[in-house]
Amino acid sequence: MGQEFVQLSLTPMLIGILAAVACALPGNFLLLRRQALIGDAISHVVLPGIVVAFLFTGTVSAWPMMIGASLAAIFAVVLIEAIKRVGRVDAGAAMGVVFTAMFADGVLLLELSDTSSVHLDVEHALYGNLESLIWLAADGWGSLADWTALSEMPPQVGRLALVLALVSGFLFAFWKELTISTFDEGFALSLGIRARLIGFLLVVTTAVAAVAAFDAVGSIIVIAMFICPPASARLMTNGLGHQVAWSTLFAGASAILGYVLAGYAPLWLGAENSVSAAGMIATVSGFILGFACVLGPKRKRIGAAREV
Amino acid sequence: MENFLSALFLQSGYNSALVAIGAALLGIAAGGAGTFIFLRKRALVSDAAAHATLPGICLAFMTMVALGGDGRSLAGLMAGSAISAAAALVLVDWIVRETRLPEDAAIGAVLSVFFGFGIVLMTVVQNMTAGRQAGLESFLLGSTAGMLFNEAVTIAIAGAAAGAVLFLLYRPMTLVAFDPEFAATTGIPVRATDLATMGLVLVVTVIGLKVVGLVLIVAMLIIPAVAARFWTERVDRVVLIASLMGGVSGYLGAALSAAHPQVPTGAVIVLVAFSLFVVSLLLAPARGVVASVFRHLRFQRRVHLRQGLLALARDEPIFDRLTLKVLRGEGYIRGDGVATLQGRATAANALRDEARWEVAREMHLEGSLSGRFDGLNAIEDVFTPDEIRELDRQLGGRIAVVS
Amino acid sequence: MKNVVRNRFEIVSEAGQLTRGEPDTSKALAIEGLTVAYGEKAAVFSLDADFAAGRMSAIVGPNGAGKSTLLKAALAIVPALSGTVRFFGLSIDQARGRVAYVPQRASVDWDFPARVVDVVMMGLYRTLGWFRFAGANERSRAMTCLQRVGMEDFAERQIGQLSGGQQQRVFLARALAQDADLYLLDEPLAGVDAATERTVMEVLKGLKSEGRAVVCVHHDLATVPAYFDDVLLINVRRIAAGPVGVVFTEANLQKAYGGRLAGTVAAPLPVGGH
Repeated sequence: MGQEFVQLSLTPMLIGILAAVACALPGNFLLLRRQALIGDAISHVVLPGIVVAFLFTGTVSAWPMMIGASLAAIFAVVLIEAIKRVGRVDAGAAMGVVFTAMFADGVLLLELSDTSSVHLDVEHALYGNLESLIWLAADGWGSLADWTALSEMPPQVGRLALVLALVSGFLFAFWKELTISTFDEGFALSLGIRARLIGFLLVVTTAVAAVAAFDAVGSIIVIAMFICPPASARLMTNGLGHQVAWSTLFAGASAILGYVLAGYAPLWLGAENSVSAAGMIATVSGFILGFACVLGPKRKRIGAAREV
Repeated sequence: MENFLSALFLQSGYNSALVAIGAALLGIAAGGAGTFIFLRKRALVSDAAAHATLPGICLAFMTMVALGGDGRSLAGLMAGSAISAAAALVLVDWIVRETRLPEDAAIGAVLSVFFGFGIVLMTVVQNMTAGRQAGLESFLLGSTAGMLFNEAVTIAIAGAAAGAVLFLLYRPMTLVAFDPEFAATTGIPVRATDLATMGLVLVVTVIGLKVVGLVLIVAMLIIPAVAARFWTERVDRVVLIASLMGGVSGYLGAALSAAHPQVPTGAVIVLVAFSLFVVSLLLAPARGVVASVFRHLRFQRRVHLRQGLLALARDEPIFDRLTLKVLRGEGYIRGDGVATLQGRATAANALRDEARWEVAREMHLEGSLSGRFDGLNAIEDVFTPDEIRELDRQLGGRIAVVS
Repeated sequence: MKNVVRNRFEIVSEAGQLTRGEPDTSKALAIEGLTVAYGEKAAVFSLDADFAAGRMSAIVGPNGAGKSTLLKAALAIVPALSGTVRFFGLSIDQARGRVAYVPQRASVDWDFPARVVDVVMMGLYRTLGWFRFAGANERSRAMTCLQRVGMEDFAERQIGQLSGGQQQRVFLARALAQDADLYLLDEPLAGVDAATERTVMEVLKGLKSEGRAVVCVHHDLATVPAYFDDVLLINVRRIAAGPVGVVFTEANLQKAYGGRLAGTVAAPLPVGGH
C-alpha cells in the first residue's frame, strides 16, 4: 500500500490540494466583491495565452506557457474593465464578451497552427490530467526525505507550492487594505488606500493562481475552486478570517475526496475504469456547497442589500 | 476564397446551405433572446445554462444506449441537455432565493459543478463499450463538418421556431426588459415573461450546442446584445440590431467554416460577432468610444470656457492651463493673458446671462428650471426672445450692480 | 456670486509671475471652482465653499443637487473636471490623516462578514503599519469610540444584525477612531431613529466644542437652524453660503429647491436664528 500510494496517488492528491487552496483563497475576496465570475473568465482566456506562447516559443515547456497565460489573463481583465467603463455595460456582460471572444481565438489558433506534434488540445485545457502526475521515482514514504527521488517529483508540486505561498503572502500583506476596500470602497479611498490598485492586484493574483492550477488540473477545478469553497464557507460563519479558514478546509477536502472517489468509486461500483479526477473534485465541492446551502448555520442573509 | 464565396451564396451543397440558414436563424434568435437577459443584467445566467448542458448530454446518451439505441440521436441529446440546463437555472434561482449568496456566485458554482459532473460522466461514457460515443466531444466546441442531413434540418426548424417565439413575445419582453415595474402595471405577467425569456435562452442554447458548442454559445447570446447597445438608447431597436448582428454572425461564420472545414464553426461565428462588437464599440455614434471621447472633450471645453469668461468679466486671475488655452484658442485673450476686445464683450455677455438666470430663477420658482441652471445651458436655449426681453426689463437697474 | 476661477493659494505678481502664496490654514476645507461631471451632465458646477474649524456646517439642497458628489470630489473619491481643494491649506494627500469621512449608510453591503468592533477598527487603519494587525490596544480604542455612541454592548455583534440607526452609530464610531480635525458626513441622520439622532448630534457637538470642523450633508430642512452654525445651499451651483441666521432664508431655499420645497418642511419656514 505504502509504495503504491506514494508513487501513484500522493503527488496527484498533493497537487489537487495545492491547486484547490491556491484558488479558494483569493476566491473569498472575489466572492465578497461580487467578482466571483472573474475566475470563470480567466480560466477561459488561459487557452489563447498558452497557444500564443506556444506559437512564439515552439515548445510546450511550462514557464513560457504560464507567462503567456498570465499575460492573457491580465489582458482580459484590463479589456473587461475598459469595456465596462467605456461601454457602460455591467460586469457580467463585459466578461461574457471578452472571455468568449478570446477563447474562440484560442480555439481558432489551435486549429490553424500545427500543434499535432505536441500534446495541446482543448479537452486537456478543460479537464487537465491530474491522474498522470505520478511520482515513479518514489519507493515508499521514505522517498520524501530522499533528494534524488524528490527531484523527480512532478514539477507542478513545486510550482503550485510557490504560487500558494505567493497567494497567501499577498492576502496576508494586504489583508487590511483588501478588507476595508471590499467592505467600503469610498471610505478606503478617503483613507488614502489605493483601492482600485488593490482590486487589480487581487485579480492578478487570481490570474496567477488560475494559470498555475490550470497547468496541473485543467480549468474546471479552477472555476469550481474559486467559487464553491468560499461560497460554502460564507454560509458557515460571519467572520472573514473564519471564512477563509473554512474555505481552505473545504478546498482541501474536495481535492482529497474528489481524487479518491474518482479513482476508487467506479471500482467499488463494479466498473473497470476510473473517472475524471478534475471533474470529480468539482462535483464534490458542489456537494459540499449543497450541504452548506441546506444546513450551513449562517446560510440566510440578515443585512440589507446594498442600495446603490 | 472561391470556396467561401460559393458557401456564402449557398452554392456548396444542400447540407452547408441548410447549416448556414440554420446558423443565421439561430443567430437571430440568440441576438434577440440575449438582449433581454442582457438588459435585465443577467447575461451570464446563460453561461450557467450552457455549461450545464453537458451532464444532460451524457445522461441522455447513456439512457439511449441503455434502451438499445446507438445514442447519437440529436433530438434525444438536445432533450437531455435541455433538462439539465433547466435544472441548473432552477438551482441558480433557488440558491439566490434561499441563501445569502449573490447571483454571480450562484451562477459560477452551478456552472462549474454541473460542468465538472458532466466531465465525470463523459469519462464514464468514453469507457462504455456500447454505443457510438465518438461524437460527444463535438458538443464542447460545436462542429458542423460532417453534419447529417436530418441534424441540419432539426437545427433549421428549431432555429425558425425560436425566431417565431421571439417575434410573438417581442412586445411583452421588451416592456419587461425596459421597466419591469411599469410592465406589471400594464398587466403584463412579469414572472411569466421572464420565464419565457429564460425558455428562449434555453432553446437557443440547446440548438447552439451542435453548431457553436456549449463553451461558446453564451457568446452568441451576449456579444450581439452588448454590441447593439452602442448604437441606440431604445430597447426595441437594441433587440432589432442584436438580432441582425446575430444573424449575420451565424450566417457568415457558418459559410466561412463550410469553406474551410478544419476551422471550428463556433469559434468563427463568435469571432465574426466579436468583430461587429469592436466596430460598434469604437464607431457607434450613440455610445461608441470615438463619439464619447469627442463629446467629453467638447464638454470639458465648454466648462472651462464658461468658467474662464466669468473670471474675465470679474477681473479675476486665471491659472488653470486648460482654461487659458481654451480662451486663447477662441481669441478671447492674448498670449500674455490680457483679454482682447472680443473677449471682454463675450465675457460681459456671459455675465449678463448669469444675471438673467438669476432673475429667471426668482421668477420661475415652481421648479420648471431645475437642472437647467447648471451654468452650461445657454439662456437662449431655454427661453424665447420675448421671455429674455422680459428678464432684461426685470433686471433693469440691477445690471449695474453686477457689472 | 463670488469669484469663479480664482485661486487664493497662488498669487500673481505685477509682472504676471506666478508664485505660491501662504496656505490659508484657518479653513478646515476650502473649495475653489470645483466642477464635477458625470458623463455630460454637471453634477457640481464651479462651486466655491469654505468650512471653518470649530463650526458645524450643513450642506443642503434638493435631491441630485450634488451634495454627496461635492464631498466625494473634495476627497478625490470621484475625479473633478476642474477646481482646487485644500484641507487646512494642504492637498488631500497631505491631509488624509486629519480628515474623516462617513459615507452614506446604504453605500455598503451590510452582509459583509465582520463584527461591529472590526468595522470601528477600520478607522485606525492609518495608525497601523505594514503587516501590523489590530491588537488589544486597537481594540480598547475602538471600544472607547463605541461607548461614545452608546454601542459598546454591540461590539461582538455581526454588522448585518444592526438596525439602520445602529449602523449609523457604528459608522460614526469608526470616524471617531480616526481622531480627525475635519469630519465629513454624508446624510448621517437619514432614516435613523430619534435616539440615534440625539446621540449623533451630541457627539458632533462635542467634536465642534473641541475645535474640530464638522460638515454634514443634511436633508431635513426643519432641523437645520437648531443643529448647524453655517449652511451651504447648493443646487449644482452654489445658491448661498454663510451663517444659518443670514443665509437660511425662505427666498434662498426657494431658489435652491424651486417648487419642490412645498411639503418638504412643515410651514412656516424656520427663518433666522435659533
